[in-house]
Amino acid sequence: MVQEQEALIERIVHDLGPDGTHVMDVARAVSKRFGYIPNSAIPTIARHLQLSPVEVRDMITFYGHLSTDPLGTTVVRLCNAVVENMMGAGEVAAAFERETGIRFGETTSDGEISLRYTACMGLSDQAPSALINDVPFTGIHPELVQEIVRGIRAGLNLTTLPGSGVRHNLKKPGEIIFRRSMEHGAAIDKLLGVSREEALEEIKRSGMRGAGGAGFPAGKKWELCKNASGDKHYVICNADEGEPGTFKDRVLLAYNAHQVFEGMTIAAYVVGATEGIVYLRDEYDYLRGHLERVLEERREKGVLGDTIRSYQKFSFDIRIEVGAGSYVVGEESALIESLEGKRAAPRERPPFPVQRGYLSQPTIVSNVETFTSAAAVIERGAEWFRSFGTDKSPGTKLLSVSGDVQQPGVYEIEYGTTIRTVLHLVGARNAQAVQIGGASGRCLSSGGFERRIAFEDVPTGGSFIVFGPGRDVLEYMRQFIEFFAEESCGWCTPCRVGTTLLSRFMDRLVAGEATRGDLDRAIEMCDTIRNASRCGLGITAPNPLLTSLESMPELYERRLSAESYAPQFDLGAELRAGAAAANRPAPQGM
Amino acid sequence: MSDRNERITLTIDGVEISGESGMTLIEAADAAGIYIPRLCHHPDLPPTGHCRVCTVTVNGGNGAACTRPVADGMVVENDTERLNTLRRNLIEMTFVEGNHYCPECEVSGDCELQAVAYRLGMTAPHYPALNPEREIDGSHPDVFIDRNRCILCGRCVRASALIDGKSIFGYKYRGIHKAVAVVVTDRLGETEIEATDKAVSVCPTQCLRVKRRGFRTPLGSRRFDREPIGIPERE
Amino acid sequence: MAKSIVATGHFTGCFGCHMSLLDIDERILELVELVEFDKSPINDKKEFDRPVDIGIIEGGVSNEENVEVLRAFRANCRILVAIGACALTGGVPAMRNTVPLRECLEEAFVTGPTVVDGMIPNDPELPILLERVHPCRDLVKIDYEIPGCPPSADALWEALSALLEGREPVLSYEQLKYD
Repeated sequence: MVQEQEALIERIVHDLGPDGTHVMDVARAVSKRFGYIPNSAIPTIARHLQLSPVEVRDMITFYGHLSTDPLGTTVVRLCNAVVENMMGAGEVAAAFERETGIRFGETTSDGEISLRYTACMGLSDQAPSALINDVPFTGIHPELVQEIVRGIRAGLNLTTLPGSGVRHNLKKPGEIIFRRSMEHGAAIDKLLGVSREEALEEIKRSGMRGAGGAGFPAGKKWELCKNASGDKHYVICNADEGEPGTFKDRVLLAYNAHQVFEGMTIAAYVVGATEGIVYLRDEYDYLRGHLERVLEERREKGVLGDTIRSYQKFSFDIRIEVGAGSYVVGEESALIESLEGKRAAPRERPPFPVQRGYLSQPTIVSNVETFTSAAAVIERGAEWFRSFGTDKSPGTKLLSVSGDVQQPGVYEIEYGTTIRTVLHLVGARNAQAVQIGGASGRCLSSGGFERRIAFEDVPTGGSFIVFGPGRDVLEYMRQFIEFFAEESCGWCTPCRVGTTLLSRFMDRLVAGEATRGDLDRAIEMCDTIRNASRCGLGITAPNPLLTSLESMPELYERRLSAESYAPQFDLGAELRAGAAAANRPAPQGM
Repeated sequence: MSDRNERITLTIDGVEISGESGMTLIEAADAAGIYIPRLCHHPDLPPTGHCRVCTVTVNGGNGAACTRPVADGMVVENDTERLNTLRRNLIEMTFVEGNHYCPECEVSGDCELQAVAYRLGMTAPHYPALNPEREIDGSHPDVFIDRNRCILCGRCVRASALIDGKSIFGYKYRGIHKAVAVVVTDRLGETEIEATDKAVSVCPTQCLRVKRRGFRTPLGSRRFDREPIGIPERE
Repeated sequence: MAKSIVATGHFTGCFGCHMSLLDIDERILELVELVEFDKSPINDKKEFDRPVDIGIIEGGVSNEENVEVLRAFRANCRILVAIGACALTGGVPAMRNTVPLRECLEEAFVTGPTVVDGMIPNDPELPILLERVHPCRDLVKIDYEIPGCPPSADALWEALSALLEGREPVLSYEQLKYD
């Protein structure tokens, strides 16, 4: 195997070049071929890419989908995100354990099947879902599991098994993002005779803001990047939507990739970039072939590549890089670190990526949706764009709607739409609460349903999870915080330790063991985590607790222990363990 | 990097100090004799902002002083009750994350974690202890690691790569499982580390430490036994 | 002025904090003018039989007896002061927390190199151990904490005199130590 490893690594490095930024490609290739990355391959990879072995190991051990331990030939990654759990992922997990005879986290003794949990993979509208090797499975129910496991054992092509495949699920196209009529190059053609400055002005006039949720004005970002000095400028499309409950980019890339690439090309024209990168999350690897074909088609039509249309001096090409399982990589500077072949630890800011980004050069990192809107702005004009949405939030927004609704899927709505209107549109009756913007967003109860989806009111990256009546909302808040603890990169203490401690508090809260004093201390800890963390993950990690406490304090009132002070540990369990160790009966009633 | 010639002025807790552009806030404060508590920062190494103990409020927002470049007219809050509470909480998190048993520890009195905790008036960590299982690696003849005390400050990682030129240390895993990696096998004995390496001398809790040195200085007469920790000297 | 009632107790630890309390030397004469001891190993009084003003406890919580006695202290004392590393963090006994309890017991009583014909003690008279050693605050509310292993006599004197005077204890740099 060692020789085969060596040969494989040598071949990939030969194709890509001996450059440390390619360590992800090499690691993914080794992982695909051998099912894991043996420690013995690490020094080889390092030598070929001129890195130190400890750097390669750092990168590999960071990502959830790379492993230095052997995995089964088939790896079932069952999603255990909140919506999946609402829709029965627990029963599906039990069925997989029953059928395979192993627990999640284990591999069958014959090395055939490994069971792993994974975070939200952009299929909440078709939950429960799983990735089995690279193949997505959706709408899995326990009865299907037996057939799936039999198929795996029989060595059948995974795509032929029941449950495999993804529905695109676009429920409501709007005027800007899912307007299907856009011709290839329709926006690029508008650039003819238009200077970079004029194009930038148009974007600025449109008032368009980043669709990732933070809402930074797109024109301002482009301008900062354009004016920053560097040897090269880069345009990066962030297709790593990892926020629990979001899947709009999956649909956008599947239906309207042309417009995404068109927007990237316009951005490149404005900032003076020749190279663009789409960072595609590993969970969307199945879209890669389609995207490559769209890129090829664009090159053939002369809207991508060496000479774009008749602009002799404008060349721009796009390549696709695929991740390996991480939430925090969606943070723009973490994404850049990942593209450079490192662990996805967000960078200290300033400097911002527009000043020093990919390979220390000025870089735009924007959401898939933002590029799509940018193409529409250039094609139809800023005035037209501003006729949608609100004054401060012009345009439309894609919502990924899931949870207790009749029609889960993607909806393009105008900014300014009330939450109640969205609930009506998607068929959500008697909603108890809505989680807007995913785990890092906010939990609103019916008192907040008149609020509007807009940067000036309720901003969102697009995740819209509905909790129907009877749902235990605090349990889902607990799961969100557990998710943050699992996805923390570990760089800084408040996030690394704070999210773990907060997660333990939520366990006790949901179990009815936390007192009011415990809650007060947890809130103080939230303050430390928010104010001291290095990046957005830590800053937003307390949101599930804080926003649900604000909107539904009565849930906490009911859940808090009546005791004035409760043990900070499970006294009964500890005494049982002690009694068992001494082979004595456990004491009662302590 | 921007050049260091331009003089600028800023205020820390209302005191006006001067600095040079290109400096970090912690460098400017150190030069002015104003102590900003810190753990992961070391004056001989580039800053990385792991521990966040040097969190200050700059023009109303929070940030780590070790990585924040100074700018003319900056208004910085440092020694405030709010920030010191936040720092104490961070120190308490650091304590419960590892296994820090000061009463039995051979470096008690000579430990920067303990010293910053003293200076911030921590009586004890108030979060539940995580009690992780951590390894002790004594495989090298002259140097050992007691990972129970590792606080993930990354000083050894930086010093080994940038000063010793050996890149022996890095990280592995993420979140609460993140740990310092020793090349590929996690055995110091298989590395080229030497007792004289910078990486060995910069560890704030001395979890990476030269063997056969314990108790040369008796308890009670160590660095921080009588004097609080302050601004470190550059070597 | 009526004397304050003081109780002292110890859980899992070495008794060093009580020894340090005795190290206040001649100040003990001052102390007996101000306080009367209720339940305490100093006077060997085993049970509480009146409300106590100040309870002083050392040691971590490692077994069912510790749990019971600590709860009794909380129930009977208006102010509860935890002193020393063990009461505040579990201290040296808590070093067993990273090893599973059964493994600890087996090493100590069965497989250890000096053990002959060993067995894990299971006499019903012995309190059952907790899986981990805990600081007192993990179980009951603690009003004041005086760290140290042990806290110096000066630190304890400061704590006591402050509480008897009705003010917050203030420990100097030399008095606030973990070792």
